[in-house]
Amino acid sequence: MQLLAEQRGEVIVVQALGDRIDAAGAIQFKDRMRELTQLPSLRVILDLSRVAFLDSSGLGAVVAVMKALGPERKLELSGLTPTVQKVFRLTRMDSIFIIHDQLPEDLLPAKPGQCR
Amino acid sequence: MQVIDAEYATRTRLTIPSHYNGVRDGLRALLDSVLLRSLPEDGRGNAEIVLAEALNNIVEHAYAGRQGEIEISLHLRQNELLCQISDTGLPMPGGTIPTGSLAASGESVNPPEGGFGWHLIRCLSKDLAYQRIGGRNLLSFSLNTQQSPA
Repeated sequence: MQLLAEQRGEVIVVQALGDRIDAAGAIQFKDRMRELTQLPSLRVILDLSRVAFLDSSGLGAVVAVMKALGPERKLELSGLTPTVQKVFRLTRMDSIFIIHDQLPEDLLPAKPGQCR
Repeated sequence: MQVIDAEYATRTRLTIPSHYNGVRDGLRALLDSVLLRSLPEDGRGNAEIVLAEALNNIVEHAYAGRQGEIEISLHLRQNELLCQISDTGLPMPGGTIPTGSLAASGESVNPPEGGFGWHLIRCLSKDLAYQRIGGRNLLSFSLNTQQSPA
């Protein structure tokens, strides 16, 4: 699983570039997320819009990442695809994360030719 | 008159090695099969969730790091996908399927990092059954392919 991390102001935005967070990749995902969120930031947003599938091990890894951030920094999620959304809902883990339909407008990467 | 071949692509069988990458590759192959491609998107998603949890459990608990094979058999009958999974690993503790109840809700300070698997299986499947026959674990369940029960 490749993860692309960008600091945008007070926010670290991490984009999951692979299409699944599953038992085969959960530990690696967790370790990489820990590395990428070591720099201080007010918020961490994990963009899951490319992730089509997440199993219970992947869910456990996302929860572990949230806990590792500590009480001061919340892990926010964005762009949950239908199956991923279902796993969060059925396990009631949708209630412990701030979940955005998509990345907040001001955090979207600048489009080519667009001045920001 | 329309002729419907009732047996066309209604059965799929697959044997995978008992490690997590085997499960990942196996799920990709199954989700790409004619049988599962014929399901609505929601039914396909449910099948992937339930199969993933059942197969990962076998890798983690039944084989517990040892080498082995897992046989998966899927059969589409009307609006139901019948799933049978067998392995030659350790039997289910106590000979029964775990209840899969979630930890108490409202646990937002210290949410659990595991124990979701059987809960997801029970939420999305029905007719869940387990038998130990001749050194084999046999797990079976069915999935409604038309509408998510949850």
